[in-house]
Amino acid sequence: MGTDSVESNDTVHLNLEFGGGLEILFGSIKCHSVDIPLNSGSEKLKMEHLLVWVRDNLLQERPEFFMKEKSVRPGVLVLINDCDWELCERLNATLENNDTVVFISTLHGG
Amino acid sequence: MDLAREVQQLRLEKAKLEAELQSFRESASSATVSESCSLRDPTFCPATWLSGGQHYLDREMINRYSRQLLVPAFGVQGQLNLLKSSILVVGAGGLGSSAALYLAAAGIGCLGIVDHDNVELNNLHRQIIHSESSIGNSKVNSAATACNALFCYRINSMLKVVKHEVQLTANNSVDLINQYDVIVDATDNVPTRYLISDTCVALGKPLVSGAALGMDGQLTVYNFNGGPCYRCLFPVPPPQGACQRCSDSGVLGVVPGIIGAFQALEAIKIASGVGDPLSKRMLILDGFSTSIRVVKLRNRNPDCSVCRDGSQITEREIQELNYESFTGSSLSDKSPKPLSVLPDSQRITAKEYFDYLKEGHPHLLLDVREAHQYAISALPCSLNVPLAKLEDRLPEIKAAAQESQIIVLCRRGNDSQLAVKYLRENGKTEAVDIIGGLESWARDVDPRFPIY
Repeated sequence: MGTDSVESNDTVHLNLEFGGGLEILFGSIKCHSVDIPLNSGSEKLKMEHLLVWVRDNLLQERPEFFMKEKSVRPGVLVLINDCDWELCERLNATLENNDTVVFISTLHGG
Repeated sequence: MDLAREVQQLRLEKAKLEAELQSFRESASSATVSESCSLRDPTFCPATWLSGGQHYLDREMINRYSRQLLVPAFGVQGQLNLLKSSILVVGAGGLGSSAALYLAAAGIGCLGIVDHDNVELNNLHRQIIHSESSIGNSKVNSAATACNALFCYRINSMLKVVKHEVQLTANNSVDLINQYDVIVDATDNVPTRYLISDTCVALGKPLVSGAALGMDGQLTVYNFNGGPCYRCLFPVPPPQGACQRCSDSGVLGVVPGIIGAFQALEAIKIASGVGDPLSKRMLILDGFSTSIRVVKLRNRNPDCSVCRDGSQITEREIQELNYESFTGSSLSDKSPKPLSVLPDSQRITAKEYFDYLKEGHPHLLLDVREAHQYAISALPCSLNVPLAKLEDRLPEIKAAAQESQIIVLCRRGNDSQLAVKYLRENGKTEAVDIIGGLESWARDVDPRFPIY
């Protein structure tokens, strides 16, 4: 078993995007290509774990504008591979290698 | 031989004469038709154009709308449906400008426009329906004039423009929205968005919703064909402070123009019965990288507090709701109420600061706006440290101030209070801020100072 395969088993590669002004909380960078380490003992990455990882590792300021309790704050849409996370089990959704997860704040300006 | 040749020659001549006679008969008969029409009614001759089908489009309408009558999916029926439709555009700002102009030009029957604001110079980069000559006048009048100008040579305009120079509130939303077939949300604030959506649910109206900020735009259709309403997506309003406004965060003018044009497209599709409206989907525009994604949205929430089956919100319930307290924000995009964090003793007015300058009072002027705002206009000899960087750059500030007083400044006098509070908690106990910030400076001291 090569080192590469061990690494890919321990992490999940994701493309994360922040939009609608939410990127301000992430150093004004919209796209992040990241490898999320799996929790010890778990084989799959769930959205709930991803949110905690993002808060602890990517978020730079004002966590209350990103999360509320275990979920995202009201007014943030979460899209997993261009699909509303309401259609795929929200916090319980399982993420696969190379999935794209978009966090987008709803806009109100006009 | 000669005789045979002569017979052949005569036959050819006969055929030629017969052809001429036939041609003469045809032209004579058509002349009779047009002559008889023009004798009866010089402007009306159904025989020349009604053969394709029964419709009431006259020659000028056919000419005006010809390029969309030629779109096979739209055609005469799409145009006829559109001419019968009424569409309400709520908000004559950046979104409403392009939405209303395209709807007026496309040939809808009735266009309602709601707005309670007046035109300002800083609107014109994006609100292209208005012009310099309208500054200070009502947006509704200005927008209606622009839409009517599309038909200015017609005595009987095909378009009826209805001006609603009011703020949409829980008391008037039902009466206003009830008069129209399709509603376009081109507003700029959270409580109005909830109010419009709730009213559309109560009245069963499709809602074309658009929004824009910075270089981002969003578009979707609510309450249409079993799709979700605004509250199905956002049952809880966002926390105060999470919503950015155009007047703070800025907006590139063309971005609401693009989204407003998309709103016109969706409203035209719904009104004409053509195409697949953007229900249960959302279009997300990233103008910075020029990418558009259309994502799949959730279905209608069977437990939605507003649109759930069998017990949809009623007109009376809407009138009893307080949308401003529900969302914690105002029904207009005006500047927020000033913060009041500091006691008066820790604040000075712009005029008092001017006196300090004249007296040569030693101090450090600290401007806590973001760097891109500082670059627009700033007072000379000020140090720019954005509020968010205050903690990191405290040693630099202390070094610059040494023993002299720190006077803190920002755009409106809100962030400056937070900065003074922080500085006082961290050793600079004599720090004060300027009440009303640069806006007060421009108003009370130096009217030439450019504000934005």
